[in-house]
Amino acid sequence: MKTEQIICKNAVLGYEKTPVVENLSFAVCEGDYLCIVGENGSGKSTLVKTLLGLNPPISGEIKRGGGIKSTQIGYLPQQTVVQKDFPASVWEIVLSGCLSKSGLRPFYNKAEKETARKNIERLGITDLSDKCYRDLSGGQQQRVLLARALCAADKLLLLDEPVTGLDPVATADMYALIETLNKSGITIIMISHDTGAAVKYASHILHIADEVFFGTKEEYLKSRQGKMFLNMEGGE
Amino acid sequence: MLEKLTNYLEFPFVRYAIIVGVLIALCSSLLGVTLVLKRFSFIGDGLSHVAFGAMAVASVVNLANKMILVLPITVISAVLLLRTGQNTKIKGDAAIAMISVSSLAFGYLLMNVFSTSANLSGDVCSTLFGSTSILTLRSYEVDLCVALSVIVLFVFVFFYNKIFSVTFDENFAKATGTDVGLYNFIIAVIIAVIIVLAMNLVGSLLISALVIFPALSAMRIFRSFKAVTVFSAVLSVFCALLGMFVSILAGTPVGSTIVAADAAAFFVCCIAGKAMGRN
Ligand SMILES: Nc1ncnc2c1ncn2[C@@H]1O[C@H](COP(=O)(O)OP(=O)(O)OP(=O)(O)O)[C@@H](O)[C@H]1O
Ligand SMILES: [Mg+2]
Repeated sequence: MKTEQIICKNAVLGYEKTPVVENLSFAVCEGDYLCIVGENGSGKSTLVKTLLGLNPPISGEIKRGGGIKSTQIGYLPQQTVVQKDFPASVWEIVLSGCLSKSGLRPFYNKAEKETARKNIERLGITDLSDKCYRDLSGGQQQRVLLARALCAADKLLLLDEPVTGLDPVATADMYALIETLNKSGITIIMISHDTGAAVKYASHILHIADEVFFGTKEEYLKSRQGKMFLNMEGGE
Repeated sequence: MLEKLTNYLEFPFVRYAIIVGVLIALCSSLLGVTLVLKRFSFIGDGLSHVAFGAMAVASVVNLANKMILVLPITVISAVLLLRTGQNTKIKGDAAIAMISVSSLAFGYLLMNVFSTSANLSGDVCSTLFGSTSILTLRSYEVDLCVALSVIVLFVFVFFYNKIFSVTFDENFAKATGTDVGLYNFIIAVIIAVIIVLAMNLVGSLLISALVIFPALSAMRIFRSFKAVTVFSAVLSVFCALLGMFVSILAGTPVGSTIVAADAAAFFVCCIAGKAMGRN
C-alpha cells in the first residue's frame, strides 16, 4: 500500500460560503499521476488552490499525509497576475522557485542555481534567460513558469492547464517531461482539457461535474461519464 | 562656486546632513519597486500623512526626540493598513483614505490650537516640505537616522530574494511554503521606517516622490529586478547629493530641490528608455 499524500473527504469547496464543488472525496498516493478534467467553471482551479492552502475549504477535510511539506510542492498557476511593468528576468523568476529550499539563507547556493539552470534548459528557454518576462510571448511565459514550478517540486507537482499556449512540439515535450518526472517518483496532479492526453498518461482521473467521478484510468474509460466525455471530444 | 561648497563642507552639521541625506535616499529607493508593483504606493502616501499627524502630536507635547513617538505610530499604522488592504480591496482603500486625511486634519488642528510657536505656518510648512530641518538635526537624531538606515539596508539585503518572490507572485510563494504573511509584515515595517526617515529629508508631502521616482526611472531603462534595484539606489543617492548641493549653493529648500532632481532624472530616463527602444 502506497502512502497517501493528499486525502480529501466530503469536502465542499468554494469562495466565501458560495459552494462550487460539493461532496468531493478522493486520495492521491505517492507516485500517482492524477488528471483533473471537467467543464469550464466546474471548479478545477478552485480545487487545486484549496489543495495548496490558498483557499480554505467551506467544509469537509483536506489533509496532507506522508510527511509532505509545502516546501516540497511545485505549482503552476492557470493565470499569474503579474503586473504589466514588473521588471524581472527569466533567470530571476525561475530561480525564485528554489526559494522555499533556501530557508532563511539570504542567497541562493550553487546547487539551487544549478537546479534553475537545468530546468531552464529542460524547457528550451536558455537563450531567453536574460530577457524580461513581460517581453515574452504567452507560450514562452508559460515555459518560464513551468521551469519555476519544476524548481520547487521535490515530491509533488500541481499543474493547472500546463500545455495552454504551448505549440505542438512543446506540448509533446511537456507531456514527455511530466512523464519522466512522474517515473522518477514525483506525484503529479494536472488539470487538463486535453482528454486524449489525460487518458494516455494519467494513472487516475478526477472528473468534476454535478456527479463527481474518481478512480483509475481504466475505471474511467468504462464509466458512463468517461464514455460520454471521450465521445464528445472525439466527435469534435 | 566650488569654493563656497568646500567652505560649507567645513561645518560638521553640513557634513552630517549630507551623510544622513545619502543614507535616507539610499534606503527610500530600495522598496520603490515593491511599493509600485504591490499597489502599496497608496499605503506609502497614507502613512506619510499618519507620520505628519504623529509629528504634530509630538511637537505639541514638546517631545525632545520626536522620532520616539512618530516611529512606533507609523509602524503600527503600516501593519494595520496592510491587514485591511489585504482582506478587501475597496474597504482597504477607503480605510487608508480616511486614516490619512484625518491624521492630516488632526495634525494641523492640534498644531493650530496648542502650538506655542510664534511661527505656526512655518512649522507646518517645514513638517510638510522638510524645509531646512535636515541642516538642524541634532547629533542623536543623526545617530538614530544612521542606525535605522543601516538596519533597513541590512534587512533588505537579507530578505532580498523573499521580497522579490512575494512581490512577483504572492500565491506561488504561499503555495510553496514561504511565510507570505511574515514577509508582508517585514515589508510594511520597513516602509514605515523609511517614511519616518524620509520625513526628515523631504517632509511628509514629498515622501512618495522620494520613494517612487527612482524606481519608476530605473524601470524605464532596466529589465531585471536586480538591475532596477541597484540603479534606483544609485540614482536616488545621486539626486539627493545633487539636490543638497544645489540647495546649499542656491539657498533653495532641500526637500523640494531633491524631489525636483528626481523628477528631472525620471524625465531623462524616459527619454533614454525610448532611445533604447524600450517603453
Ligand atoms: N476568486 C473567486 N471568487 C469567487 N468566485 C470564484 C473565484 N474564482 C472562481 N470563482 C468561481 O468558481 C467557479 C469555479 O472556478 P474555477 O476557476 O475553479 O473553474 P475551472 O474548473 O478551473 O474552469 P476553467 O476550465 O475555465 O479553468 C466559477 O463559477 C467561478 O465563477
Ligand atoms: Mg481553471
